[in-house]
Amino acid sequence: MPLLDRNGNAADRWTRSEGAAIGNIPAALVRWEVLAEALDAQEPEQVIGVLIPNSVAFAELASFLPRLALVAIAFPAYADGRGFSLARQIRRAGFAGEIRASGPLVADQFAYALSCGFDTIELPEASAARQPVEQWLHARDAFSHTYQRGYRAAGRNILDRRRAARAAAPAAGR
Amino acid sequence: MYRYDEFDERFVRERVAQFTDQVARRLDGSLTEDEFKPLRLKNGVYLQLHAYMLRIAIPYGTLNSRQLRQLALIGEKYDRGYGHFTTRQNLQFNWPKLRDVPEILGLLADVEMHCIQTSGNCIRNVTADHFAGVARDEIEDPRPTAELIRQWSSAHPEFSYLPRKFKIAVTGAEADRAVIKAHDIGLRLRRHPDTHETCYEISVGGGLGRTPMIGKVVRDYLPKQDLLAYLEAIMRVYNLEGRRDNKYKARVKILVHEIGAEEFTRRVEAEFALLDGPSINADPEEVARIAAYFAPPRYDVLPAVSNTLEAAKASNPAFARWVEVNTTPHKIPGYTALTISLKPQGQAPGDATSEQMRAVADLAERYSFDELRVTHAQNLVLPHVRQRDLYVIWQQLGEAGLATANVGLVTDIISCPGLDYCALATARSIPIAQAIQSRFADEARQREIGPLGIKISGCINACGHHHVGHIGILGLEKRGIESYQITLGGDATENAAIGEILGPGLAAEEVPDAIERIVGVYLAARSEGESFIDNVRRIGLAPFKAAFQETARAAA
Amino acid sequence: MSAAAKRVPLPAILLANDLLDGDVVFATADGAGALAWTRDPAAALVAADDAAAARLEGFAAAALAGNRVVDAYLVDVALESGRPVPRHFRERFKTLGPSNRPDLGKQAGDGIASAPKG
Repeated sequence: MPLLDRNGNAADRWTRSEGAAIGNIPAALVRWEVLAEALDAQEPEQVIGVLIPNSVAFAELASFLPRLALVAIAFPAYADGRGFSLARQIRRAGFAGEIRASGPLVADQFAYALSCGFDTIELPEASAARQPVEQWLHARDAFSHTYQRGYRAAGRNILDRRRAARAAAPAAGR
Repeated sequence: MYRYDEFDERFVRERVAQFTDQVARRLDGSLTEDEFKPLRLKNGVYLQLHAYMLRIAIPYGTLNSRQLRQLALIGEKYDRGYGHFTTRQNLQFNWPKLRDVPEILGLLADVEMHCIQTSGNCIRNVTADHFAGVARDEIEDPRPTAELIRQWSSAHPEFSYLPRKFKIAVTGAEADRAVIKAHDIGLRLRRHPDTHETCYEISVGGGLGRTPMIGKVVRDYLPKQDLLAYLEAIMRVYNLEGRRDNKYKARVKILVHEIGAEEFTRRVEAEFALLDGPSINADPEEVARIAAYFAPPRYDVLPAVSNTLEAAKASNPAFARWVEVNTTPHKIPGYTALTISLKPQGQAPGDATSEQMRAVADLAERYSFDELRVTHAQNLVLPHVRQRDLYVIWQQLGEAGLATANVGLVTDIISCPGLDYCALATARSIPIAQAIQSRFADEARQREIGPLGIKISGCINACGHHHVGHIGILGLEKRGIESYQITLGGDATENAAIGEILGPGLAAEEVPDAIERIVGVYLAARSEGESFIDNVRRIGLAPFKAAFQETARAAA
Repeated sequence: MSAAAKRVPLPAILLANDLLDGDVVFATADGAGALAWTRDPAAALVAADDAAAARLEGFAAAALAGNRVVDAYLVDVALESGRPVPRHFRERFKTLGPSNRPDLGKQAGDGIASAPKG
């Protein structure tokens, strides 16, 4: 499936494994249901990633995070925004691996996904066919500044910019 | 009122460009209708029965004359010369073309307005007390809070794809004029009993619609500086745990109901405890920057009683009655808050023509420090009127057909557009409102009845707020004809209550009789000075139900 | 739309909203017998049998796919003086306009002077 990162089309180093049998796939992406089993079978050089339904509670996932290099969160429909909060929770826990949104997202969600902590978007073929990467990159930049603090928009947060402007010109009248 | 800085200005312009691009991608097939629909809803573009509808945000109901004139212009140039003010303080145009919406958005951006998030499964327009800044019982003006929340919720990366719509309201007075208990989040500014600092009481899980519920208090005293972090905690719990399997069970009120207010509060507080406030909240300087825009205007020093006004009242009884009914006491001596009724007989409740908008804009500019408000009752307010100017204002309103003296009375009906316009509706509401207005046209009789809030919804979505009407009317369909269910005892104030059904649905032509009988019970049973809703609370529903059955029998 | 799905009772007309303008439009037959869209409810083509209804459904699918219209569906009608009138009051309102504003909508002739569009 087509994969995007913040700069456009990306190569996917991950291979989906059918079940828990990950053999010696270097980067094995397994389903949530077989994660524990797969981790038991992990070889020293292997990295493991998990594809989770967006209904999984963060508390269930937390203990696995130190052993994962990728968390892919399924988006059953683009209007189902649970993944944005899940990604946020995963980043807050200090996860430094790749977080991927997997599903029929639309380009207009790209900036939100990146802000919430996603690194990549994996699209179904049909979605990707209708939405060329140029649309994603254009949509990514729709807003030059955003209002919400703490969402990975370094230098582009409006409240922070206002504060910086106040600090730079404290004597200026309103 | 708030004025955009360069960031706010750039943001709305970028939103216009974004929507224009979204329309282009819809037309060239990059986006399917299923993908485009939520995007257009997030820009207030509905598809209704006859045409598209555009819902323009009027943040916490505050406008200036320049903005209102621009709305009048848009109504003439791109619509059919009128707009409809809604129960969430917004304005709707009923006939825009999608192809024109980008241009309309540009005109709105020219006057610091937009249609951002006036629909869709996201945080909607934040509403507030329409007497903010002027009411005598006010503890603190709720609008700086509302403006802060407006900015924080705009294009929120995490909370733009919620299970369902999300409505926030803020009040800063003892009385609740913002219906906060029927909102997903209701905020009330209050004083902390120990420190006497203002802080927030936070309620969650109010909402009308198919399963009406009153909001539950989750936090009694939230320090002001923690506002955004606490809201983030609530939204995260809802975004993750709100139901997504059933559209009619997807509001946060259902989640609160299903897990219980105590458990919901526990989850919110647990999430809040994990948040780093300083990295999320607005700093005190930003809060102060916003608040400064809502500083009181330069009021004149006036006597509490205006001789000019008293003389005009004495010589003109119609004017005197209008003053008595449509004005509200003001914090500042010599001033008054004037409500302009958009409920004259013969017009759809809440509608105003472009000419009328211009008339009000002129009055606001000249007589109200260039400020006006929209109320959730679909009326307009001039918040800072000198008592001595009331007479000349009344005359000019009369010329514009806006001098109806019925604010809060039986003909001041709240009504959604209903099946005459709305694709979601099951029945018409406007003709019902007009029939009731006609039946109760006599002004003396209206004043004799006193305060009585009738609210009409054309479907179960309850945009007319019928659940919290003293008398509520819900339009449904029964066997291929429109059928109206009457409820009684609802209350939209701090004494929030959901009305109870009186009996089976009525045909349209039976509704005015039913209202007459209900009013008749009240008039016969009331004690001295007792209002309709107080009477209902005192004597209960039984006498009204009996009278209602009478109507059903008479009609059969 | 599949013919196997439960269809509204016949006779029926096809209506939709024009994507760019939002107006309610109806499938009609143009001079050559091909299907086209019109804003005039009196000109709506009435499908009296399954084959005609299927033809309307195919027309709708193409127009939806071609981003011309949205929300296209068949509506069952009664014939009154030869004109198709939707049986359900909601759909009747779509052919008329707001009942409190006889000066607006199709009842006032809005959009009906336009020629049928292909």
